[in-house]
Amino acid sequence: MTEMMGRTRAVRTVLGLVAATVLAVGFLAAPTPAQQQPRRGGTLVYISTSQPPSFDGHRETTFAMLHPVKPHYNYLVKFDTQNYPKVVGDLAESWTASRDGMTYTFKIRSGVKFHDGSTLTSRDIKATYDKIIFPKEDQGVISIRKAMYHMVRVVEAPDPQTVVFRLKFATAGFVEKLASPFNFVYKADILERDPRFYERNVMGTGPFRFVEYVRGSHWVGRRFEDYWDRGKPYLDGYRVLFIASRSAMLAAIKSGQALVEFRGVSPAERDDIVGAVGDKVMVQSSPWQCNNTVAINTKKKPFDDARVRRALTLAIDRWGGSQALSQIAFIQPVGAMMRPGGDYDMPQAELLRLAGYSRNMTAARQQARQLLREAGVPEGFSFTLKNRDISMPYEAVGVYLVDQWRQIGLNVRHEQQEGGRYFADLRAGNYDLSVDFACDFIDDPDVQLQKFLSSDVSDLNYGGYVDRQLDGLYFRIGRTADKTERARLVHQFERRALDEQAYVIYVLWWQRIIPHWRTLRGYKTTTNHYVEPDLAEYWLAE
Amino acid sequence: MTRYALTRFALVVPTLLAVAVLIFVLVRVVPGDIVELRLVSGGSYVTAGVIEAERARLGLNKPLWDQFVEWMVGMFRLDLGRSMWSGESVAREIGIRLPLSLQLAVMATLIATVMAIPLGTIAAVQRGRWPDYVVQVFSVAGLSVPSFWLGILIILFLLNVFGYLPPLTFSPLLKDPGANLAQLIWPALAVGYRYSAVATRMTRSAVLEVLREDYIRTAWAKGLARRMILRRHALRNAMLPVITVIGLEFAFLIGGLVVTEQVFNLNGIGKLIVDAINQRDYTLIQGLMLLVATAYILVNVVIDLLYAALDPRISYG
Repeated sequence: MTEMMGRTRAVRTVLGLVAATVLAVGFLAAPTPAQQQPRRGGTLVYISTSQPPSFDGHRETTFAMLHPVKPHYNYLVKFDTQNYPKVVGDLAESWTASRDGMTYTFKIRSGVKFHDGSTLTSRDIKATYDKIIFPKEDQGVISIRKAMYHMVRVVEAPDPQTVVFRLKFATAGFVEKLASPFNFVYKADILERDPRFYERNVMGTGPFRFVEYVRGSHWVGRRFEDYWDRGKPYLDGYRVLFIASRSAMLAAIKSGQALVEFRGVSPAERDDIVGAVGDKVMVQSSPWQCNNTVAINTKKKPFDDARVRRALTLAIDRWGGSQALSQIAFIQPVGAMMRPGGDYDMPQAELLRLAGYSRNMTAARQQARQLLREAGVPEGFSFTLKNRDISMPYEAVGVYLVDQWRQIGLNVRHEQQEGGRYFADLRAGNYDLSVDFACDFIDDPDVQLQKFLSSDVSDLNYGGYVDRQLDGLYFRIGRTADKTERARLVHQFERRALDEQAYVIYVLWWQRIIPHWRTLRGYKTTTNHYVEPDLAEYWLAE
Repeated sequence: MTRYALTRFALVVPTLLAVAVLIFVLVRVVPGDIVELRLVSGGSYVTAGVIEAERARLGLNKPLWDQFVEWMVGMFRLDLGRSMWSGESVAREIGIRLPLSLQLAVMATLIATVMAIPLGTIAAVQRGRWPDYVVQVFSVAGLSVPSFWLGILIILFLLNVFGYLPPLTFSPLLKDPGANLAQLIWPALAVGYRYSAVATRMTRSAVLEVLREDYIRTAWAKGLARRMILRRHALRNAMLPVITVIGLEFAFLIGGLVVTEQVFNLNGIGKLIVDAINQRDYTLIQGLMLLVATAYILVNVVIDLLYAALDPRISYG
């Protein structure tokens, strides 16, 4: 048995080396896709592993809606996927902010046509943002991100080429929030007639017109000849194949029937594709704005005791886990509550001082055992860790945690649950500890920390705790325009939530791995799968 | 016979009603909430107000009996309602997938029947000799290998040996027969093989049983030709249990090819059922379960009627 395992390990090592060599040779041999002159023509075929629930960006939260629907629309401002997280104008030619940060004025491009031939004006932008910020809920209109714009007092369109946002208070990152990849610009007349039109229909100003959607099968778009950005898009069209099965997805990429899947694959899947296709594919990788956390039910004993929660986080070797788990799952970066490498990332020296982030695991685990003793938790204490029944990366994270806690004398049962049951239990507080997660398109503490406010403030605080200190800090973060001061407050929030009270455990952040055929050019991976694909920028090599 | 057929068809309605009540209750017993799955499962922050508003929009906060009456009223108007997940009509959601599932079921059934009846008969007639052993190994292998696994092997073989992958999107048979068959022949073979294994074994045992009957001995004694005895007396009578197996398997194929459809990326009813259950899309699950139940009930009625046609001793007077 041991011999067999050893042989398997050896085979894996050899395969890994071969894959790494192929990758390295590939990188050296060919120019990166962004380097060449764009070429016009061709249809890009890519995969989405899930289907859009509706076509309305303002009411959805999933990439499954964005990946097929996004190319039909423009934004007021958008994230530049070549230089993420830089925000650039899309329908906005330029913008200014008033000195007090309370007014933002956007100049709108002229000559922008909708796919029905009509001309876009500032009225359409106003109607779009009114729908997002002040949805007509009495008419069944739902805006998921309404709360994100709670600082907006009014949106005005004083003339056909100007849009003004007047705020209730100054805040940092307002333009980044406006650049949400979900904020498709719609036509005012249509919204006036039927505010729910866009749930089932597509009609925008984007680089591609809608052609066909066959549920469960595919989505097709064709180049919009009257697109305002002359010369773009380069592609004649695109076709999205909906493939839920991982094996079928891999087969589609390996056979060349699809060139890419824009969400991400596991290391093993990457190796499989590279092994089969060789240097015709290249692999891009970047830190991912998604993470796995552990929700702790603070209403249950002994997890209501901060010492026990601290012991739980102290026991986890994040640095070792990062190294080991990144070999088998798309997780890697170690970080606090804001994305490692992002604007609000906690400096390394500070991070190492947080409970559970030390590199000296022997000392950390001794401290954890001491805390458990003080809290009266006996050796061999049992509890259940609930988790989603999704293998990548939840299963790997769950198994790793069970092992880490075993090392401080805890006995953990790992219970994987199907999605419906998982969320029902989490919401009802029917759990001890549960692997949780978060994903976003923006590094913004207003967005990312909201979940961890007191349970009577945050609708997604599954831990059940009330902490007015955190609520107060969050309020100050939202009203601080200065970025440095904001970062200081964020780190204070992190210390309170992760260390002093250890309400939540951040395990590891995700790492995106995108293998794609080299024929796809102009594509550059960003830190999230929401701002992609930016099809107007991509082209196909011959 | 006509009266019997009419009675059987009339019974379909109360049976479906009972199924409808059962489905309605069962899907709501399973924990989970479509709104939560749809809005929160992506990892974004969504307020409770939004979740509540969406629940109200879908009518999930109405009393259960109210929801049931609404659904029943729709059913009597032949309106299965709208999918809670996609907002599309349930009939359309099913309509998109049904042609593929039906065609695959027909193709697999044809493959299975063409293989099973001759092989089963040969095995019975040659009992204890090498053709019997070969057929038995073939059919036991078919029973042991899940069709989805065989499907994976087929795909790997085609991909690695010929660099070929069957088309990933469905083209209707009449629109593009080449692409249609290129996509469906492989899953039909994978499914048909397993299906034929069941039918082969059933044919073998049924033919063996019939061959021991007195009237067969009489036919031999009368000096009838071997082919005549097999075709006219043995096979015809042995077909009754085989038809039952083939019929029920056919009904199963319409909604049961969950994993095989995933492996070949087929946009069929089986995949839709799994998605609907995972998403807690109550209206769609109800519509799909009714479809599957209807298929089973109708296939059973047809089998009963075929019995009479095949066996003159059976009378429904």
